[in-house]
Amino acid sequence: MIHKKEDLSRSQLLWVLFRSTFTLSAFTFGGGYVIVPLMRKLFVETYGWIEEKEMLDLVAIGQSAPGLIAVNTSILVGYKLAGVVGALVTLFGTVLPPLIFLTLLSYVYDAIKDNTIVKTLFYGMSIGVAVVILDAVVSMGVAIVGKRQVLPIAIMILAFIATYFLKVGIVVIILSCATIGVATTLLGDAVKKKKLKETPVPPEGRNEK
Amino acid sequence: MILAQLLWSFFQIGLFSFGGGYAALPLIQNQIVDIHGWLTLQEFTDVLTISQMTPGPIALNAASFVGTRLAGLPGAVVASFGCVLPSLIIVLFLAWFYYRYRSLRFMQGILSGLRPAVVALIASAGLSILFLALFGSKTLPSSFSEVKLYAVGLFIVGFVVMRRRKLNPILMILGSGVLTVGLSFL
Repeated sequence: MIHKKEDLSRSQLLWVLFRSTFTLSAFTFGGGYVIVPLMRKLFVETYGWIEEKEMLDLVAIGQSAPGLIAVNTSILVGYKLAGVVGALVTLFGTVLPPLIFLTLLSYVYDAIKDNTIVKTLFYGMSIGVAVVILDAVVSMGVAIVGKRQVLPIAIMILAFIATYFLKVGIVVIILSCATIGVATTLLGDAVKKKKLKETPVPPEGRNEK
Repeated sequence: MILAQLLWSFFQIGLFSFGGGYAALPLIQNQIVDIHGWLTLQEFTDVLTISQMTPGPIALNAASFVGTRLAGLPGAVVASFGCVLPSLIIVLFLAWFYYRYRSLRFMQGILSGLRPAVVALIASAGLSILFLALFGSKTLPSSFSEVKLYAVGLFIVGFVVMRRRKLNPILMILGSGVLTVGLSFL
């Protein structure tokens, strides 16, 4: 059932928002990087309620704000389509499935965690988890080194030394790296602007775009 | 009191995790294992394993799991609420800001500093999970005899397969588990 947004009553719209985010959260394994593309597909391609470019901006905001990307993006989609109430509805839809599932699971976990086979299974799986996480780390690290800029590489190395060897608190590391990022970005912008003002545009450069 | 602690801990996890994927992982580990000792590193790794194979974001899964264990259903609700509260406030503000000004330069600046830092933090958390599996402790072992050769072998093989083939993570995790159980019967 695909509706035009204008044809839906407000409560119908909210219901579709809840149902969509609930389903996405309940059946998507692997967190934000999987949920967000599916959300885009649903709201941009299937429903056509959000423009492609606007969705990209929403995803960018969702990624740059603190918190979980899946949660952030669903709040943004809900806000865009139905205001603050919409945001609350999509947030609720996203949070509910893991809440139900893991609450049930945590009761079961206590009952079975001392079983030998379960223990062995979990032990083996934890090696798999280590593989998956370190594989992701290598991919992300290669992406950062590949850009060949000194600052990100330096931040990465120093942050690792700080957290792993010096046991500096995570919050301290995050706040200082965020500050460094803002300072260098805004400073870079200011320098660029100044250069633009100081050097008059050469005649042949004017036509370039 | 425990509810207030849960709320505050998961509020911090929600507030300081940037970048998605595994970004929340070091923070959750820091709050739950290191600061409060609500879970052992072993139990935390189990939650992580469960999270990888169940739907939904890792941080929310951890919030529900830890919350339930410490204070039943209210605990799960409070922890989940704490986890998403910063998002709700900040993201709504940013959304309003975006539709008004359509400028994200400041946030882009924050991200440019955080992206590399987050990789380092995840690497650090990942290493402690790896060392727990390989040596039974968070840090490098003092003597060679503590190394579990089977685990080292499985990790190396798994890592090479993962780098070469981009296997589905769930398949990799389940496969490692089933293989280990199978071998334990031999």
